[in-house]
Formats: sequence, C-alpha cells, structure tokens
Amino acid sequence: MAERILSGSEVVLQALVDQGVEVVFGYPGGAVLPLYDEIFKQNRIRHILVRHEQAAVHAAEGYARSTGKVGVVLVTSGPGATNAVTGLTDALMDSIPVVCLTGQVPTHLIGNDAFQEADTTGITRPCTKHNYLVKDSAKLARTMHEAFHVASSGRPGPVVIDLPKDILVAKAPYLEPSQVQHRTYNPVVKGDRGQIEEALELLASAKKPILYCGGGVINSGSQACKVLTEFTRLTGVPITLTLMGLGAYPASDKQYLGMLGMHGTYEANMAMHDCDVMIAVGARFDDRVTGNLDFFSPGSQKVQIDIDQSSINKNVPVDIGIVGDVGHVLEDMMKIWKAKQHKIEAKALDSWWDEIEGWRGKHCLSYKQPKDIIKPQHVIRRLHALTRDRKTYITTDVGQHQMWAAQHFGFEHPHEWMTSGGLGTMGYGMPAALGVQVAHPDATVICFTGDASIMMNIQECATLTQYRLPVKTVILNNRYMGMVRQWQQLLHGSRYSESYSESLPDFVKLSEAFGFTGMTCNNAADLDDALTKMLEIDGPVILDVAVDDKENCYPMIPSGKPHNEMLLGAETTGDEAIDSDEGMVLV
Amino acid sequence: MKETEISKHTISVLVDNEAGVLARVIGLFSGRGYNIESLTVAEVDASSHQSRITVVTSGTPMVIEQIKAQLSRLVPVHKVSDLTLSGPCVERELALVKVIASGEKRVESLRIADIFKARAVDATNSSFVFEIIGSPEKIDAFIKLMEPLGLSETSRTGVAAISRGTLTM
Repeated sequence: MAERILSGSEVVLQALVDQGVEVVFGYPGGAVLPLYDEIFKQNRIRHILVRHEQAAVHAAEGYARSTGKVGVVLVTSGPGATNAVTGLTDALMDSIPVVCLTGQVPTHLIGNDAFQEADTTGITRPCTKHNYLVKDSAKLARTMHEAFHVASSGRPGPVVIDLPKDILVAKAPYLEPSQVQHRTYNPVVKGDRGQIEEALELLASAKKPILYCGGGVINSGSQACKVLTEFTRLTGVPITLTLMGLGAYPASDKQYLGMLGMHGTYEANMAMHDCDVMIAVGARFDDRVTGNLDFFSPGSQKVQIDIDQSSINKNVPVDIGIVGDVGHVLEDMMKIWKAKQHKIEAKALDSWWDEIEGWRGKHCLSYKQPKDIIKPQHVIRRLHALTRDRKTYITTDVGQHQMWAAQHFGFEHPHEWMTSGGLGTMGYGMPAALGVQVAHPDATVICFTGDASIMMNIQECATLTQYRLPVKTVILNNRYMGMVRQWQQLLHGSRYSESYSESLPDFVKLSEAFGFTGMTCNNAADLDDALTKMLEIDGPVILDVAVDDKENCYPMIPSGKPHNEMLLGAETTGDEAIDSDEGMVLV
Repeated sequence: MKETEISKHTISVLVDNEAGVLARVIGLFSGRGYNIESLTVAEVDASSHQSRITVVTSGTPMVIEQIKAQLSRLVPVHKVSDLTLSGPCVERELALVKVIASGEKRVESLRIADIFKARAVDATNSSFVFEIIGSPEKIDAFIKLMEPLGLSETSRTGVAAISRGTLTM
C-alpha cells in the first residue's frame, strides 16, 4: 500500500477515527492549536469542551466505564497537562482505559523552560500505564495506535501521548492500525489449565466458600459478568463485590452478600473472615477491603484470578494465582466444573448459608427515617426505587454519600456505576456524569454528591448547559465534609477541625446562573415529589437535599481492625468512639 | 525460605533502548519503596535497540516477586530474569581505586594490589589508581585493605551478571 502523507494533526485525527473514537473531551491552548484547527475542519469526531482539564479526564473515564470503550482526552501543554494529572492518577488506580493527548512546545524548545512547557512525560510517568513523547513524525501514527492498544488491553489504564507543536504541523506518513505490530506489550489472557483445575477442586472440596469479585470482572466486559453470574448460581456459592465491582452481579440476587470492606455489609465481611476457600476474581485485596492484613481471613485457602501478575501476592499471599483475563478464565471454569461434574457438598453449603443468614439478620444497613429530617440513605433508596424502570447510570463523588450510594443503590448490571475507588478523588462525580451522558444521551444519569465534593468541579455546570446534558445532580447536603467529620468524631475526640462547610453557595441560584434548574428539599415528606420532579425535568438539575448532619456511615471497619470487629452504628449497637492512638495514624 | 527473611537478588531486565526507560525502572523502585543496591545499564544489541539492566536488590520473597512482576508489566520491558533463582551465575564489577601514599604504605598497597590481581592504571610519585575486576565481595575486601594505606577515592561500575552454562535469558 502506498504511504499516505498527511500533516501531523491529520494523522492524529485519522488515527482516532480508525480507532473508533467518536468523542474527545478537551480544552484548547497554544500548543494544540494545529489539532484544534483540524477538529474545526471535520465532523467525524465530536469535541466536548470542558471547563478544566481535570474534568476532561474524569469525563473520559465516565465515558469509558459506561461504554467499555477507550476515553479520549485532548489538552494543551504545561498547565493543561499538569491539570490532567489528578484525572490520570484516578484512571490508573481504577484501571480505566484513557488516551490523553497533551500538547508540548516545539521539539527545538524542549528543555528550555519555554512558555507553557512542562516535562509532561516525566510528570506523568508514575501516573500512567505508559506514556510517549513523539519527537519523530515517522513514529506518530504507530504511537497513536500503540497507545490505544496499551490503554485497552491487559489491565487497562491511562496512556499519555505528548505531541510537540512542530510534530503536529510537519508532514507524517499514516499507517492503518492493522499495519502496526506491538513488539513487547502482549498480555496473557488465557489462564493456566492445570491451575484452573486445581482451583476448582479446591472449591468443590470447600465447606465455607466465597467469591470475592472486583472491577476486573467489569473491565473484562459484560460477557464476563454474565459468566460470573452463571458460575455463581451453578455452584451455589455466596458472592461479595468490591466498590469497583458493583453491578458485576445482580444486587437483588439472594446469593449476593453486598459490598465488602471498610463500609461493606456485616454478612460480607464476616463471611470473608470465616470462609475456608476464597476465590478472588479481578480484585486486588485493597486495604479498604482487607482491613488489618494480619487478621485477614485467617482460615482460608485463597485463589486469585487477575490479568495483572503484579496484583497476585501483592498484599495477601494466595495459594493459587491464575494470571489471565477473568472472562476467559471464568469460561474455562464453567466448562471444567460441568465436565468434571464437580459439586460442593450440599450439607456443608447449607450450614454455611445458615451461618450467613444469621449475620444477615443483623440488618446492618438499616436506618430509621423520621417524619421530618431526611436520612441520606433514604434519598438513595428512594431514588433507586423511582428509577427502577429507567436505564440509569450513577456517578458519585467521594465521602459518606459515596458509601451510602454503594450500600443502598442496588446495581443489577455492569457499567452503570462510576465512582472514584482507588484514588478517592473529590470532584469526580459531575464530570464523570457528563461523560456518561454524552455516551448515553437518552439514559438517566444521576450524580450523587456532597456539599463539599460538588464544589471541586462546579465549573462543569457550564459544560452541562452548553451541550444540554440532562445530568441530575443530587447533593446530600449535611454542611460538612461528612467522612472527615465522621473520622474526627470517632478518632479525634469530636474536634471538627476545618470540616464544616462554611459559606456554601445557594445551589438554586447557582444552577440558575448556569442556565438550568436548581431545587431544594428539606423535609422527608417532600422527598419523593422532589425526586420525581427532578427526573421529569428535561435538562440538567441540581437538587440540594438537606440531610441529617449527624448521620454516620455504618457499618465500619476502623482502620487497623480485622473484618470481624466492625462497628455497626447506632441502629444496632449505639455509636461508639474508637479509643486508640494507633487508629489516628492509620488512613 | 521464611516469608519475612530478606535476601539479595540479582535481576536482569531486557528493555527497549528508548528515552525514559531507565527513569521508568528507577521510578518504579523509588515510587514503591524498593531497595536498589546496584544498577547498571548499557545497550547490548544495537540492531534491535535493546539494553540490559542489571539490578541488585533485596527484600522478602513477596517483595522480590512484586519487583519482578512490576518490572515485567512495564511496556518497554521484554524480559525479566532473576539470576539468583535461575541457577548459578557470574557477577562481576569493575572498580577504580585511588590511593595516595608514600613510603612503606605505598609499597604495601602495590603488594596487596598484586595479590588481588588489580592493575595500576595510573601512577605518580605519590599516588596509584588501581583497576580491579571481580565479585562485589572481592572489591569490598580490596577497598577495606586499602583504607589504612591512603585510600582517597573509589569509583565502581555496579554489577554486571549473566547465568552460567547454556542457560540464557
């Protein structure tokens, strides 16, 4: 095939088109002007103008997580790139496929402290899966295609391509994706058969088995989630999901124990602690999941399935570590389980379920909704009930509201739950919702947020207005950085240092100033009406709900404690302060 | 081996010789708090632009496994090999050792250099620069002996290593 010679910017655009990209989230600036000029001249790729580069990355993350495709970001050099760093780190921690194009000063100025120059590849090296600086036009097309390959295969993650301005202008040869071979990065997807057989024998011999599944299942795709569901039902094993894994298994199913971890359910954590065989699928034994490692599930044999070798034996040593794509491995597990006619001893499994039912009987998520003051959990529950018949996507910010949403909104399908899990980025919710709504214009997209988190990317209201994105933002407003306040109450003698939200804006006026509807709700009696009205409005809405400012998020495993030492909260045991100096130093 | 026991490992890493690859490896070690005792790097195959990094590190078995897994998943990394685990290997280091002395000490330094098969590669009336090649332990021993004899400066290359016999990376 004859080589096509294009300008650098044309090569970038053509590569995006050939990679199936439909939308780019970005913000222009000096170094990327040639690219923006090219965007102006075409209509194959839609550009969504955000109001801050951090939001561009979160929007791309929301887009990626709700579609399973790669999210694409375009920002300028210097501050454009440094503003994107939080989003990139967020995507790295949560394994979200993102390709971020950053402008750079012309190659002859690199290293000269030029205007809006930053060492972007240096700065983003630890917060990307991989990054590139393109200094040779001949390598531009290859780099573009390789970036998409790296971002989306294996354990997904963010990839930065730093593009000096002269490279965007100079002529460059174009290569089709099929003409690019990947020399080093070819991750293993198929699991080792011997190990899979061994793992299934272990599971079949279990008396107290549990499946512990995470975001890896969702990243592997809807098919993987389907196979997981079939496998779980076939074996009759209880299943718990991580914060990142919510939706991988239907929350309404009776085999589902709820989320595990620091704010997980009593039954999930107790079952993790007391199980004898644990199968971890696409989950990485995060410290928010395990609690104190010294006491983590002491009596169990552990199997871990992960596409990333480095996730295996990182925090918790496992007996069988299977490297492979969880979708492939689960398919093999299904086949072999059936072929070998494995079955877990019914008597043992029944008595395990009896034990679990006992823990379920604690009703650890229960709360009492008084007549007037609105309990934050109630808002989540009511909105869940009112959106059951709609295709609904949920994003959150970070803090108490995030945990309440995870606990009380039952997710039935994968890709409908977007939250900042690993990095815990306040300000994630609204831009992520924006990205989700761009991908699913007709769906209901709800952002649960707090009065503190919402302020962190509030400028994105303008983006919602500009593109008529009907995102419904629900502020659980307790006038505190609630999770900070909760820790201060429990660990720091109720000294609420700097956690009160002084001088909050009037969110109704603020919404109106941005050109859309703002609403408030202060009384439990009005809640359903307010939520219904919000859902019916054809456009963006911010609903500011005044919730109980004393409410704490329970259950809770305090830092440094094992799974079986959960705090259950006022409804079951009464509030308790944690009197421990060790607790103060832990995160 | 006990899970908490810290042991030393020599790890060879074959990488694409491209800008920033060393920063990726070093950044991984510093970012995750791993220890680097020695690190050497040079291109070993010009036609395929591949460099070999030899890194000597220490940690518990779990940490060593992590280091290898983390190195393996870097995009420009082709191969990671733990020479300490894969069988016997040869480890060599070169050092240049400057000794400034006169009289009996000067003569003694020359005698010891002879025992260690170190070569004098530079000499003045009051100084020698010795070149010594060997295992890191041999070089340590040599330097220790030179200390009371006027040792003034040392430059070491770090370890280059390769497995013995027919085994390759």
